[in-house]
Parts: sequence; C-alpha cells; structure tokens
Amino acid sequence: MPVIVFVEHDEGRIKKSSKEAICYASAINSGDVIALVCGNAIQDEMELLGKNGANRVLHATESRLDHGDIQAYASVISQAMDKENADIVVLAKSSVSDAVAARTAIKSDASFATNVTELPDTTDGFKVKRSIFTGNAFAWVELLKAKKIIGITKNSVTYKEEGGSAGVIDYLPVLSDDDFNSNVTGREKASGEVLLTEAEIIVSGGRGLKGPENWGMIVDLAKALGAATGCSKPVSDLEWRPHHEHVGQTGIKVSPNLYIAVGISGAIQHLAGVNSSKVIVVINKDPEAPFFNAADYGVVGDAFEVVPKLTEAVKAMLA
Amino acid sequence: MKILVCITHVPDTTSRIAFTDGDTKFDTNGVQYIIGPYDDYALARAVELKESHAATITVVNVGGLETEPTIRKALAIGADDAIRINADPEDSFFVAKQITNVAKDGGYDLILMGRESIDFNGGVVHGLVGELLGIPSVSPVMKLDIDGKVAKITREIEGGKEYIELEMPLVAGCQEPIAEWKIPNMRGIMTARSKPLNVVDPVDTDHPNKLVRFELPPPKGDIKMIDPEHMEELVSLLKSEAKVL
Repeated sequence: MPVIVFVEHDEGRIKKSSKEAICYASAINSGDVIALVCGNAIQDEMELLGKNGANRVLHATESRLDHGDIQAYASVISQAMDKENADIVVLAKSSVSDAVAARTAIKSDASFATNVTELPDTTDGFKVKRSIFTGNAFAWVELLKAKKIIGITKNSVTYKEEGGSAGVIDYLPVLSDDDFNSNVTGREKASGEVLLTEAEIIVSGGRGLKGPENWGMIVDLAKALGAATGCSKPVSDLEWRPHHEHVGQTGIKVSPNLYIAVGISGAIQHLAGVNSSKVIVVINKDPEAPFFNAADYGVVGDAFEVVPKLTEAVKAMLA
Repeated sequence: MKILVCITHVPDTTSRIAFTDGDTKFDTNGVQYIIGPYDDYALARAVELKESHAATITVVNVGGLETEPTIRKALAIGADDAIRINADPEDSFFVAKQITNVAKDGGYDLILMGRESIDFNGGVVHGLVGELLGIPSVSPVMKLDIDGKVAKITREIEGGKEYIELEMPLVAGCQEPIAEWKIPNMRGIMTARSKPLNVVDPVDTDHPNKLVRFELPPPKGDIKMIDPEHMEELVSLLKSEAKVL
C-alpha cells in the first residue's frame, strides 16, 4: 500500500527535512510514495521530489492552506489516506508536525510515534525507535494499528537524490470553515537565513561572548560554513538573540551534522538540545567547562581570538 | 473564564537516566520529580490570566498517589482545585483520553499544557485532546492574551513567529516566554493544603502503541583537543576525519 509523506515548504521551497522524509518513505516502500504538498509551493521543487523517491505528488492548492493550520493539515492528510488507501504517513519534524500527526491519528484511527530516529524494524510487528528524555535515551515502540503515522527527526535515514522527476496532480480535499479556526494577523520571519531545524551545520554562541554586539564573528563563521546561528538560553533570555535561535531543553532541539558551541559552558539543559548532533566542537576559555565532556573536538582559548582564526581557516579550505 | 491546566510529573532535568527490569522500566531511584517545565509555563500564564480576567484554574494530572506533592505545588502556585486521574500515564494516547474525559463536561474555555513533556517528548497531547474534543489546538504558544471570547496568540514557527486569533474554547501547548515561572510563596503553600484535590478513576481506552523496551545512547568517544593557534588543523579534521565539511 502507498506511503504518504506530508511535505512542508518554506516560502515555496520544499524543506530539506521533508525531502528526507520522502527518502524515509521510499526506504519503507520504494515504488509507491506519494508526496502531499499543501499551499503555494514552487512547481519545479515539487517535481524534483521524484529524485528523493516520490512517485507522485498530490498538490492541495487551496490557498487557505498557505498558513500552518494544524486542523486543516490533519483533514487533508486523513482524506488523502482514504483516497489513496494509504496505511502509513511520514512527517518530518517541524513546528506543526507533532500536532498534525496527533490530530491525523485520531481522525484516521491510527497508531502514531513522533521523534522517530531510524527506519522501522518490521521483522516481528512494526517497531520504531523514538528519542526520549530529550535525546538522553530511546524507546522502541510497537505500532499496533493497521494505519501508522510516523514523525521523524533529522538524520533518521540516508539522504538520497537520484532518479527522475515526479508528476504533480492537483488535489482538492473537502475542507470546511471548521478546518480553519485561526485567523493569521501577522508574521515575523527572518528571510534568507538557514533555518536552525534544517541546518546541516550550526554555530551557537553563549554568554561567553559578553554581549549582542559581539555576534558578528558568530555570523561570519556561520556564513563561511553555510550554517545557521543558534544560542544558549541565557542569551535568548537576555534578548541578545531572538527566541527562535534558543537551542536546548526548553528551546529548539537540533541534530545537525556539526554543532559548534562558542562560549557556552554546557549546562545539562543545553546539552539535552544538542546531544543528537553527529559531531560537536566546543570552543571555551574555561578548560573545566562541562561541555568538553560532550564534545568530539575541543579548543581551549579566547573566543575573540579563536573564532576569527577558524573562520579564516574555513574560508581557506573552501577557496 | 475556566482554565484547565494539564501538568506532567517528570524527573528533574538533571536526573540520571537509567532503566531496570530488562530495560522496560524507568529507574526512579534517587530521582527528584518536578512539574514539567513547559507545563510550568502554562500554569504561570494561567495564574496571570486569573488575576487579570477573574478566571478559575483547575489542574489535572494523570498519575498515582506519588504525584500528589507535584499537584499540591501547582495549587500553591495558584490553581484553585485539582483532579488526579488515578492511573499510570502509560502513553500519550492514554493520557489524552483521560484529560478529554475530564474536560468534556467541564466547560473549560482554555485547556493549557506544555508543548511537550520532558520525559517522552511526544508533543502530541494538545493535538490529541483538541481532536478528541473537536476544538482547535495551537502549539507552540509563546504568548497568549484574551480579549472577550477571542484568544490572541503568538505561535513560534521556524525562523520566527506568527500572530493568530481564534475563538475559545481551545487547547494550547505552551512554551517560554509565555510567562515567568512562579515560585510558590508561604501563603500559597499553606492554602494549597486545604484546596480540593479530587481523585477520579481512569476510563478504559484501546492501545494503539506498545512499549517494547528502552535503550541508552552509546557512550561518547574521547575528545580531541586542538591548539587554539592551529584552526586549520581543526578544519582539516572536520573535513577528513569527521567528514562533516
């Protein structure tokens, strides 16, 4: 039976995490993967989902779907499951994905799991591995119902781009006013920046940077690496940086390939948000900073000297 | 206005995570329990709304007798009464069903909770409860104001925030900076002792999921220290050894 992937986009561009979700679905059932896209996405980008393993793209064109309305998305997915006789839905982690998974599971009477970090084990039943305790442990959970909703985290599958493009078909689910409860009155969004949750590399700064005026070197290093910028909780609490950059237990959990922490001591609550990063580099002038215990590479030194040198070294390597 | 605040009783964020019984049970040995940090934000905002909008606050928790000190703390912070659903909170679906059963005839205008628990991190209970009750749910909520029957909400999105308005009743999964955590004062602690804490039996539910076992991540390898004068060496290692550049 087909697998549906709920594909999200950012200003029309398909999110990398959603492409990864297509790869995940393709690994479960290559040959029958349906990408479900809501709202105003770029046509070429939808077609290119074929390279990640999508066989078809259903495009729900209704303009009211441009905003992240949880109820409406759940209605669209649930109807698509019925229409296509699909029994598995895959969603990539986003600000709405867990809630959308939840509402869809109730509508479609499905089992569900969020924060899934690997492909399912189907040797005996259908089991998924979830990240729990904010990355400090895992739980294997068996999904017992015929229909299953799976929310995945970044790096849960090998990313692939091969094959050709996919055909895009307009899809018109039946939506009522009840599906659109919220009236969006405004939006503030950093444009053109690498999104923290999507980034392969993140450069994060802490209180060791002494003030918002010193963030230029963090931004420079991030630019050189094509990275997103993050920060610790005190930095966001002090409003040196916006809240959406706060990485940690009560902020955003990230799992990039490379996390570079500058002037962050490594409180357990911060570590909880970054411990699923593949490689961690810590730059701190205090050799006793607890973050070094969680790092793969460490530099003991003054950030104001080390970071510009690192930026130059990165530029030299890429030149 | 009636507000229901759903709280979790979870291990303190600094707890050592370990498992027993063949990796099927969480090891509670030496673990301190707290109100879930996100739930604590939801509760703090509810207390502010109580002061500005003459609201009443009921807290609800799904748990055994051992969660009552956590519930009493929520009463000390400012909730008016509490409901403990006397059952092991086995999974998010079970918890959502229990909350829904309590909420369905309660006439609550707002159902607030954390955007996720810090033990299982599902981030789904607000969505499940909203869908089961047939009312909207919003998450993650960074700001919540009430104007008549309308909730004015700031919701975090990737790379920014969105301002939305919707009519109550609704469910909100909350996070910072919706309010500052509140520390109970002595008067709160005294009055909490005599506030009603009603214990109710759980309703039966089906079980869409089954826990198989827990697993700990592999131990972290050794750290490699790099001379601060030789950042080209770090870059070279990140490229050729770690293969992340």
